[in-house]
Amino acid sequence: MTINHLTITDAAELLAKKKISSVELTKIYLKRIKKIDTQLHAYITVTEEVALAQAKEADKKIKSGKNISPLCGIPASVKDIIMTKNIKSTACSNILADYMPAFDATIIERLKSQGLVILGKVNCDAFAHGASTENSDFGPTHNPFDLERVPGGSSGGSAASVAANECVYSLGTDTGGSIRQPAAFCGVVGLKPTYGRISRYGLISMTSSTDCPGPIAKTVKDAALILQAIAGQDSYDATTSSMSVPDYSKNLGKNIKKLKIGIPKEYFLPTGVDKKVKATIDEAIKKFKELGAEIIDITLPYTRYAVPVYYIITPSEVSSNLERYDGIKYGFSVANANGRESKRMAANLYEVYSKSRGLGFGAEAKRRIMIGTYALSAGFYDAYYKQAALVRAKIKNDFDDAFTKVDVILTPTAPDTAFKLGEKNNDPLKMYLEDIYVTAASLAGLPAISLPCGIVNNLPVGLQLISKAFDEETILRAAYNYETATDWRTQLIPNLKV
Amino acid sequence: MPLSTQEVDKIAKLARLELTEEEKNKYAEQLSAILEYVEQLKNADITNTEPFFQSGSANVLRQDEIKPFTETKQLIDSAPQQEGNFIKVRSIL
Repeated sequence: MTINHLTITDAAELLAKKKISSVELTKIYLKRIKKIDTQLHAYITVTEEVALAQAKEADKKIKSGKNISPLCGIPASVKDIIMTKNIKSTACSNILADYMPAFDATIIERLKSQGLVILGKVNCDAFAHGASTENSDFGPTHNPFDLERVPGGSSGGSAASVAANECVYSLGTDTGGSIRQPAAFCGVVGLKPTYGRISRYGLISMTSSTDCPGPIAKTVKDAALILQAIAGQDSYDATTSSMSVPDYSKNLGKNIKKLKIGIPKEYFLPTGVDKKVKATIDEAIKKFKELGAEIIDITLPYTRYAVPVYYIITPSEVSSNLERYDGIKYGFSVANANGRESKRMAANLYEVYSKSRGLGFGAEAKRRIMIGTYALSAGFYDAYYKQAALVRAKIKNDFDDAFTKVDVILTPTAPDTAFKLGEKNNDPLKMYLEDIYVTAASLAGLPAISLPCGIVNNLPVGLQLISKAFDEETILRAAYNYETATDWRTQLIPNLKV
Repeated sequence: MPLSTQEVDKIAKLARLELTEEEKNKYAEQLSAILEYVEQLKNADITNTEPFFQSGSANVLRQDEIKPFTETKQLIDSAPQQEGNFIKVRSIL
């Protein structure tokens, strides 16, 4: 049985028709991981026993025939920044290298009640700080299309594991592009929902005002199914919306005639996007036109400020959220059970904090903590954090204005295809500029999807669709129509030695 | 405006981060570059705007009800130093 192309829909059909059991399916993926993950390093922890136990339970559910979720028994990978009860959850940082959560994130709990099978926890930039997965304290993940290149980040392990068929789908998080950009680099579909659409409870916090959990999957339909399963208000996350959750699959196939697609000129400047990537996106725009959409030129004037705003807001919130890693309650600490040993490591309480954090955090985490501390400190708050928040309002305003004229906005997801490992990671600013097309939607809290739209130099290219808050349905429908009309999936199969 | 290593020292103290001399020098350079990059925000036109911090409504309330939580021991066991049902810390006073 070839599992090269199993989508959730494919797998669910096989399970329903009793052609395969969840246990058998899970064993196939576990075998696949054993065979190829040494090349990719997508997985940090493989949870073989847990997966098989969950698969067994899923098989029982399927057998009973009662009201089965389309995700029941389908094996998935989970970004290691999402807490899974009694499964090591590290945020890919040394400071949480042995951390064992006592509870599940809400999204995990919801999926577990629907027959989730967790194959394991996958790699990411530590604390989600990054756009390449090179900031993982446990080594980078390699792009399945070219092992010398990055898979993108921060959800690099998620995107790589889906692209390489090490799972059927993955759960990632997107704070400033961390689902969309790796999805683009790895030729898969990645959806960032509206901020507040899906609960953040159980996510190891990064930027509280933009963090969003979301699906990385093989197809738009799959992404819609996952969104359906996890969206909705959560009493444990007061920032979740009380808006009702529509049926995201219902209108996927409805045509996109007269759909107004905005093309923002700021996202297509030759100084920003690679020539070949732009040409690929231009072809995609032609395809949307063929499908009946109306292409409208728009402007989002504050686009150029998105990255600088993001790199004040994010470090500021990060500096606050990472205060909890203090060597006192959990995680890496220089204080330990042996009294004499610990006195040598830390002379007093202050040193427990400063040495645990100094030794436990990686370089990017420390950079962000320090930028944030500076930007929020007395005398600098107005010039940095408040100014960034004011410009952020303008960025949001640009989108609000645009959506009075168009239904969705189309842009490249990334300025280029996957870059080489080591190419950008010695210059933090160079890495931050990877985010130019994805941060604005995050700052404005808007839903956005990346899907494959071509191949350049044998590497996948992704296009991004953004819509109004809580209008995931429209970007899903537009994406589904394009996907059906083009079928890039069959051309985007990584060539890995087994 | 470039940051001196003394300023980096001050920030590191606020953030409770112990840095090596090498790190202080490296971060002074990198942080200066980042801060220089974000300086451009002061040129942005922000007339007629209120700051935007977060989407959604503020002050979402719930009933003050006790819900059972059974993993207390696991939480305490996660701490590097414990005594009985307590997390142990260095003296504060």
